[in-house]
Amino acid sequence: MTAGGRSQIGAPVRVSDPALPKTLDALSRPGRRAYDLPALDVPEGTIPEEHRRAQAPRLPEVGERDLVRHFTRLAQRNFGVDTGFYPLGSCSMKYNPKVADAAAAMAGFFRLHPLQPESTVQGALELLWLFERAVCEITGMARATFQPAAGASGELTGLLLMRAYHERQGDPRRRIVIPDSAHGTNPASVTMAGYDVAEVPSDARGLVDLSALQKLVDSDVAGLMITNPNTLGLFEEEIRELARTIHEVGGLLYYDGANLNAILGRVRPGDMGFDIVHMNTHKTFATPHGGGGPGAGPVAVTERVVPFLPKPLVERAADGRFFWDHDRPESIGRIHGFHGNFAVLVRAYAYVFGLGGDGLREVGERAVLNARYLAERIRSQYPLAYPGPPMHEFVATAKPLRRHGIRAMDVAKRIIDLGFYPSTVYFPLIVEEALMVEPTETESKETLDAFADAMLQAAREAREDPHVLHEAPVTTPVRRLDEARAARQLKLRW
Amino acid sequence: MQFAPHTEDDVREMLDLLGLSSMDELFSHLPADVRLERALDVPPGRSEMELLGDLGRLARRNRHADELVCFMGGGAYDHYVPAVVWALAGRSELQTSYTPYQPELSQGILQAMFEYQSMICELTGLEVSNASLYDGATALVEAVNLARGATGRDRVLVAGTVDPRYVEALETYGRGGGYGPEVLPMECGVVRAPDVGDDVACLVVQHPNVFGALEPIRELFDAARDGGARAIQVFDPLSLGVLAPPGEVGADIAVGEGQVLGNHLNFGGPYLGVIAARMRDVRRLPGRIAGETVDVDGEVGYVLTLQAREQHIRREKATSNICTNQTLIAVAASVYLAWLGPDGLRQLGEACAAKAAYAAQRLTEVPGVSLTFEGGPFFKEFALSFDRPAGEVQAALVERGFLVGPVMGESLLVACTERRTRDEIDALGEAMKEALG
Repeated sequence: MTAGGRSQIGAPVRVSDPALPKTLDALSRPGRRAYDLPALDVPEGTIPEEHRRAQAPRLPEVGERDLVRHFTRLAQRNFGVDTGFYPLGSCSMKYNPKVADAAAAMAGFFRLHPLQPESTVQGALELLWLFERAVCEITGMARATFQPAAGASGELTGLLLMRAYHERQGDPRRRIVIPDSAHGTNPASVTMAGYDVAEVPSDARGLVDLSALQKLVDSDVAGLMITNPNTLGLFEEEIRELARTIHEVGGLLYYDGANLNAILGRVRPGDMGFDIVHMNTHKTFATPHGGGGPGAGPVAVTERVVPFLPKPLVERAADGRFFWDHDRPESIGRIHGFHGNFAVLVRAYAYVFGLGGDGLREVGERAVLNARYLAERIRSQYPLAYPGPPMHEFVATAKPLRRHGIRAMDVAKRIIDLGFYPSTVYFPLIVEEALMVEPTETESKETLDAFADAMLQAAREAREDPHVLHEAPVTTPVRRLDEARAARQLKLRW
Repeated sequence: MQFAPHTEDDVREMLDLLGLSSMDELFSHLPADVRLERALDVPPGRSEMELLGDLGRLARRNRHADELVCFMGGGAYDHYVPAVVWALAGRSELQTSYTPYQPELSQGILQAMFEYQSMICELTGLEVSNASLYDGATALVEAVNLARGATGRDRVLVAGTVDPRYVEALETYGRGGGYGPEVLPMECGVVRAPDVGDDVACLVVQHPNVFGALEPIRELFDAARDGGARAIQVFDPLSLGVLAPPGEVGADIAVGEGQVLGNHLNFGGPYLGVIAARMRDVRRLPGRIAGETVDVDGEVGYVLTLQAREQHIRREKATSNICTNQTLIAVAASVYLAWLGPDGLRQLGEACAAKAAYAAQRLTEVPGVSLTFEGGPFFKEFALSFDRPAGEVQAALVERGFLVGPVMGESLLVACTERRTRDEIDALGEAMKEALG
């Protein structure tokens, strides 16, 4: 992208073609068509009249060229990692290697029906088998399931595993402890698993308050659900004590893998005392997030939780053949209609085996280096919310700008005009005017410097010319949108 | 492979700014007893060429649906995916973006969601949809949660002709939700209207059902309505050019597997959980919903709306825990539905039904082959019985170049999409004759 002849990183795309109608519906003309089906080569069927549709659905009637131009325009009105820097905290928006897409586009993978006889899918089963071994090595776990279609689905799977585990001990429990800095999916998953949430506060360091946890846990607590590094980007240095505390009352320790990227090849959840781990392949293993999905949320567990994993699991017979093992009497059952998001898992496999053990360790290092460097570059204007050294992401605050009438969201909108996707704002909830920044390992020093300069420029403008921030963004196809109106005057379809 | 761009000079300069002398110092505050003091036991990294060689070897050990003729069904189907679908949905500005938290930079995805919701409403004859769920089975779980919340009732009745995988999913998620699905008996491949008492939250019916057969759907949903329960239909989106839509046959909530809408078989995922409901349930819907609004200049734009239902706002009181969904697959579905348009959708449905009818007639001419359920109407799929185990027949057909199935108890399912030709159906008949000979 260029703007004014000057090369910019991540410039927002501007499109203005007033001749284009706004929606596919507005583009529709009776009788126009894109479809192209072969002539019927068998006698017509006989669907009984009482089952037939009386009135055709009002789908758009458009030509293929209309369709192409419409969706191309939509794509141009969207910002991805391929467009520019995307430091959205807690989302690990790293570069998505194209080779992974090429792998998923092999007919031997994308043209497989999920229920084909095992003899015809030996390669797919082998891939899952190999990948399971790799994710278990990375996390320090015994076995894994690939059924969960996303991280939140992995969380729920992990909590249902906890439930099954405790019920098997004849000791069903009612509560799950989560930190007050947790991602919203954690408490929502806890509810869906039929548990109550008990919240443990963070201490002055931004870490789980160990003494508060010790007071909170008892024999009714099924488990503790945390991420490490935590949501503030800080490493829970007392992790062994946290593990001991929850294990002493018979609870299990759950690792939310949202931040696994930071510690790849350096620290493994299993070695920290975790019993259940989910991974987000779109974070740690660079699978594209698709504007909201698909992801994949593999769940790996220690030996004592293995019997409860969803079924089937892939096994290898003595003769080397791979098969689906359905004979798992203590399994919690089925989390997904088929085997999970296989094409996403192929991409994650390509990433993990392409980088290898050494490459994965380098990923974690560089992710931490980038975050620490960027935090240092902007901390004069955006102080860190907590003093500890951040890992792969950091939470700063825009609170000093409040006296100029500037909020975190104003900074974010100005950053858009300066050519970047902004950081996460107002999360975690425990930090006022939070700016949660995660550069990832795939960004260069030049990009980080350019972003830091933009952040510092926004802070300067907040003092000198706050109007610029209140007005922002002005370079985008639409400007600030009226979200209150959207919720009040619901318009959810044509 | 490595995608981190740091030169040695970069690393040195960055560490200098931090006052550090080595990468290890970035991790020096981590307790020693949790550090991994060895290399990961994952093979060393390799070049892109070598990696693709390895993956190609695995891919070639599979016999895929271009190599074998695919008559498989059971919830995933070999419909044709037009070239334009992934040429557009695969645009990297869409594919490499995150959930649209900053709407000004995400109008493409947000408008695509809005258009997808619009087309799903048109298709189903219902009033509101969302930006997608994981797949058909988990969409059913969400629909049941919605019905239980909306009615304040507990019991979940499920027709015995609903895909057993979907029932299994209900059983698994029900462990957390505190319910167990009650499966109604089937008679001759369909179900009869049950008694729906005032403790029943919902009645779940799949139509066309897991055997491809058409249920007495209006009677079943009348019973649900009379009992004050939510009527939930599991539907096939590509049946709706021909079959009466869920909204018209009395469904309150419709859920379906959207794989058929322009998505590849992908060995079972990523697929697309489609959900549609009536407006009275909009605040109980799970997941993202895009809504239209205006910006400060009055320009029309789109945002995520009704977010007070969702986990990032409502936390443990959210309608669901779903965060990442299947947005890109929904975008592909939008391209596909617009490609088909109303006429294409009807013609495609008629072609599937006609080919399935022809296949049923042709295959049952083979000695030893009969329809498992005689007489009832079906859409694009039907069940066959043999004079021997269905698994044996399936294996013998693979040898002869055909994927047929899945095996359901004593039966073998056969599905016909618009891709299957008369010649292929005739050849399957010959192969079956040989296999049973």
